[in-house]
Amino acid sequence: MKDGVSQPVIEAKGVNLVFQTADGPVQALKDVNLTVNRGDFVSFIGPSGCGKTTFLRAIAALEHPTGGTLTVNGMSPDEARRKRAYGYVFQAAGLYPWRTIAGNIRLPLEIMGFSKAEQDERTERVLDLVELKGFGKKFPWQLSGGMQQRASIARALAFDADILLMDEPFGALDEIVRDRLNEEVLKLWARTGKTIGFVTHSIPEAVYLSTKIVVMSPRPGRITDVIDSPLPKDRPLDIRDSREFIEIAHRVREGLRAGHHED
Amino acid sequence: MSRALPVLTVLAGIVAIWYAAAVWMNATWVFDQAERAGTTVTWGEVIPQTMTQDRPLLPPPHQVGAELWKGLFGQAITSKRSLVYHAYVTFKGTMMGFGLGIISGVLLAMAIVRFRVMDMSVMPWAIISQTVPIVALAPMIITLSSQLGLEGRDLSKAIIAAYLSFFPVLVSMVKGLRSPDQMQLDLLRTYGAGEMATFLKLRLPASMPYFFASLKVAVAASLVGTIVGELPTGAIEGLGARMLIGSQFGEPLIMWAALFAAAILAGLLILVVGFVERAARKRMGVPS
Repeated sequence: MKDGVSQPVIEAKGVNLVFQTADGPVQALKDVNLTVNRGDFVSFIGPSGCGKTTFLRAIAALEHPTGGTLTVNGMSPDEARRKRAYGYVFQAAGLYPWRTIAGNIRLPLEIMGFSKAEQDERTERVLDLVELKGFGKKFPWQLSGGMQQRASIARALAFDADILLMDEPFGALDEIVRDRLNEEVLKLWARTGKTIGFVTHSIPEAVYLSTKIVVMSPRPGRITDVIDSPLPKDRPLDIRDSREFIEIAHRVREGLRAGHHED
Repeated sequence: MSRALPVLTVLAGIVAIWYAAAVWMNATWVFDQAERAGTTVTWGEVIPQTMTQDRPLLPPPHQVGAELWKGLFGQAITSKRSLVYHAYVTFKGTMMGFGLGIISGVLLAMAIVRFRVMDMSVMPWAIISQTVPIVALAPMIITLSSQLGLEGRDLSKAIIAAYLSFFPVLVSMVKGLRSPDQMQLDLLRTYGAGEMATFLKLRLPASMPYFFASLKVAVAASLVGTIVGELPTGAIEGLGARMLIGSQFGEPLIMWAALFAAAILAGLLILVVGFVERAARKRMGVPS
């Protein structure tokens, strides 16, 4: 892994995905082409029904494209999953209420057959990473919504996947908590160098976090614009008042509006 | 104390109604006796006499209490007259039936959740099974098991008890094993978890609250089943047999004492199940 050399991690070529529903086929993704390089922070933004979550789920092999090719680390998404290529963070924390926070983080490690000692060591490490040190023995209901979501990020990090896929992870949280967690995700990204795929429908969130913003539009779900962010890697919260930031946000908004006009 | 007061108020009300009913029902006998003797009795004389009959239509609470006390503590617990002995026989049957019911309920639920064909074929029959009156089935089960050469009544009693107790466990477990939502299942898929891991790590623990809720119903049903299993001719042991003997030999006190012993047993069983449930909930991190 040499710096400055782009290594494609996720490659989509002409990806189509059609759901068979009771009302007939629904084209969830149409001709999606995208390359995500190692270490990218990619946001998928668009109105509901634009296929952003479907695309993320297809990368995680939770949905399967009906056409085109989609590779993760040069493999099919299914193979990549078997090689533990990604951790997935859902919109709700989805912690098991009957397990402690540490127990929840151990869940994937137990399933993947890590030794007891390594489970403990990894759990400690990721708890530290998401700043939940000392909360391992608590049960989920004893933590705030924001802390629960941090624990679910820790759970996704525990088995050292290179790719972190996050589906509107902070959508259910209030704006103040959300700002804090956005900052923390950026720090986490800087420290771990992971490739992150992030679904959101908040323009400021997408612009603040991403190195690459993928604007999508619905019916059929497709990509209308891909913006490579010129913002520096180190981003204080007040970067959101800078001219560059506002320009990118404007371009995203234009892209979203253009998608709507085509309806 | 604030919780005991309403309960005690209701209890006092029940006892009062019971005494009034005892006077009313047992008075008939006193008046008949007086008529035969050619005398008349006043209500002041009738009431004390309704309280102390040997074979009252409705024994008043203190008579039942005395008989219950005598049955529980009046003799060695190994005596055939001891209610402790009969309660133990019934308890043993209840526990066997309860265990059998839990095992068959859980196994059937697992199969139904796992195999669609089981869901479609077995589930309707499980529901139909509960519409057959157990009183009709019990003698058949006993005859059948003795035909098959099974010694004693223990097993046939347990089967009858299990017949009643498997159902609440089955229904709750099917619901419980299906309770994980799509997101929780997707999460395990991203870990590449197999069916076994999904069952052990997600479905089984998720079903536990449903399981424990069903246990209270199941243990009570199991006790009823055992008592019904003790009713048909031939049984000489157990609270059910005791009730039958009381009613056949016109000894209402024996019947009522056995009835109350059964109620006490049921209460104790439910208490124990509740205790186990609380311990399990605590282990599973449910806020108390």
